[in-house]
Amino acid sequence: MKNAVGREIPEEILEITGKEPFQGNYYRDDKPITLHGPTIRPVMNNQKSKLVNSIREALEKCDAHDGMTVSFHHHFREGDLIVNMVMKEIHDMGLKDIRICASSLGKAHSALVPMIEDGTITNIESSGVRGGIGEAISKGKLKGLAIMRSHGGRVRSIATGESHIDIAFIGAPTSDDYGNLRGIGGKADCGVLSYAIVDGNHADHCVAITDCLVPYPNFPAHISQTKVDYVCVVDEIGIPSKIATGAAKPTTDQRKLLMAQYCTDVVVNTPWFRDGFSYQTGVGGASIASTQYLADIMRERNIRMGFGVGGLTKAMCKLLDDGMADVMLDVQDFDLDAVRSLKNVNHHRIPAAVYANPLNKGAVVNKLDYVVLASLEVDVNFNCNVVVGSDGMITGAQGGHPDTAQGAKCAIVICPLLQGRIPAICSEVTTVTTPGESIDVVVTDYGVAVNPARQDILQALREADCVPLKTIEELRDIAYSIVGEPDKVEFEDRIVGIIEARDGTIMDVVRQIKDV
Amino acid sequence: MEIKKTAVAGTLESSDCMVTVEPAAKGLELDLESAVIRQYGRQIRKVAMETLKRLGVKKARVSIVDKGALDCTIKARVECAVMRAAEHEGRVNWGGMIR
Repeated sequence: MKNAVGREIPEEILEITGKEPFQGNYYRDDKPITLHGPTIRPVMNNQKSKLVNSIREALEKCDAHDGMTVSFHHHFREGDLIVNMVMKEIHDMGLKDIRICASSLGKAHSALVPMIEDGTITNIESSGVRGGIGEAISKGKLKGLAIMRSHGGRVRSIATGESHIDIAFIGAPTSDDYGNLRGIGGKADCGVLSYAIVDGNHADHCVAITDCLVPYPNFPAHISQTKVDYVCVVDEIGIPSKIATGAAKPTTDQRKLLMAQYCTDVVVNTPWFRDGFSYQTGVGGASIASTQYLADIMRERNIRMGFGVGGLTKAMCKLLDDGMADVMLDVQDFDLDAVRSLKNVNHHRIPAAVYANPLNKGAVVNKLDYVVLASLEVDVNFNCNVVVGSDGMITGAQGGHPDTAQGAKCAIVICPLLQGRIPAICSEVTTVTTPGESIDVVVTDYGVAVNPARQDILQALREADCVPLKTIEELRDIAYSIVGEPDKVEFEDRIVGIIEARDGTIMDVVRQIKDV
Repeated sequence: MEIKKTAVAGTLESSDCMVTVEPAAKGLELDLESAVIRQYGRQIRKVAMETLKRLGVKKARVSIVDKGALDCTIKARVECAVMRAAEHEGRVNWGGMIR
């Protein structure tokens, strides 16, 4: 059956997953849903200690068993040591058929590949995967299906009970002996614990892992003692220098600077750029440069940002520190400057649910004016692909891409026309991860294309005459005239993963890659 | 054009390719390794074979390690490697077989 973005979703997949094909962005708007609560063991006895000596002890006390689901957060990014540490213990216990429900997995977790191969891990739910795990899934080594969800989609799936977590493992830079957890004050500070809050709320068991035990009470707690069963102290939970992998140097790449300029021109010449506007951007060189260009114009025209949100960087936090933004709402810190900025009283931590859950009573993304995103590929229907490489290998993550793109009034994707020989603007993306109906403007180094559904934006940019306007088809044609039209990548029949839309319907499927 | 010795042209930089041409007893043999083989393998082979034919190379073993080079680059690197392998340097017929 073809879904609303024209992707064929096979019946067998709909049957196995019990899901529906994607029906458009607002399909589940206003439709009643029931939320799910965990089964917990109350701690009434005031003699009970929550401290355990090892991860093994925690696993045993939480009834670790074959087929269980364990969850992790990715605030330590490429510096994360928690996932490998816990999974090694699970592997050593000889447990099988484990489902991992992670907010994201990266190159730091390639040690999981042998556990995928030997059947310890048979299902993975994540925002995405990079490195060895992506390759293993693409090559068909995972027994079950990989499910890729946006950050908002993950909260939705856990809160509705679709993903039931048996044991949540929450790496915490600081904890007291009763499980009050904070993202700061320790040896490996990640700033916030936003992605793990839903795990604390909905997992049956919750184990905090820290390398910095502090006196009770560790307040104000980012995750409360009321959610945590056990606290385990280990030597090291994360590698600080690798947590801050978003600390990008200002780019000097002329192509990126040009796109940054176009992007800023689009923002300042559309109607939502007025005092109190809201904004989210990413960590790429062009995004950071465009934030700096934007700051210059805000100063010139005396326009303040009402709120900034997202994974935050130095460039965004500087707006707050310089008094040019009223508030920052923080779900993730990409560099240590963003972590430090949390001292500012107007820099607020928000849970991933508040940030992006599509099925609550309204997430922050719904209040966004602008979001600036990147994409591996954009096709002539404005569909974006941020998960599967143009060679068919899983290599990225949805992150908040589909959430913010849907929520924002003006969603801008910055994307160089060509990545080496690969045309980023193409006839059909390898895999749809964000539907074209969410994407309003595509900025490339060869010009700017506006989604024809957004005549208001097109008209504003025409009147301002600020950027070279092209149709998306023109951009694609320029790309193909330089590099030639690519052959379609061939896949095996077997489906190895699904791309879930924010609301839990199926956006696309990912098939096993063919050997060449 | 007769391939007399092994010769190389190009680099392994991104958007370039390295072409090695070796003498062979008979026929044309093309070995391709490419970062974009799934999307452009067919096209790269086509361009390389056309270039070899245009240069009149009948017997050679050619290997290309491609890092996402455009067709014009592949053509130029193949031409250069063949000229070197045929000890033809300095006697290139510009505008003739080299276009």
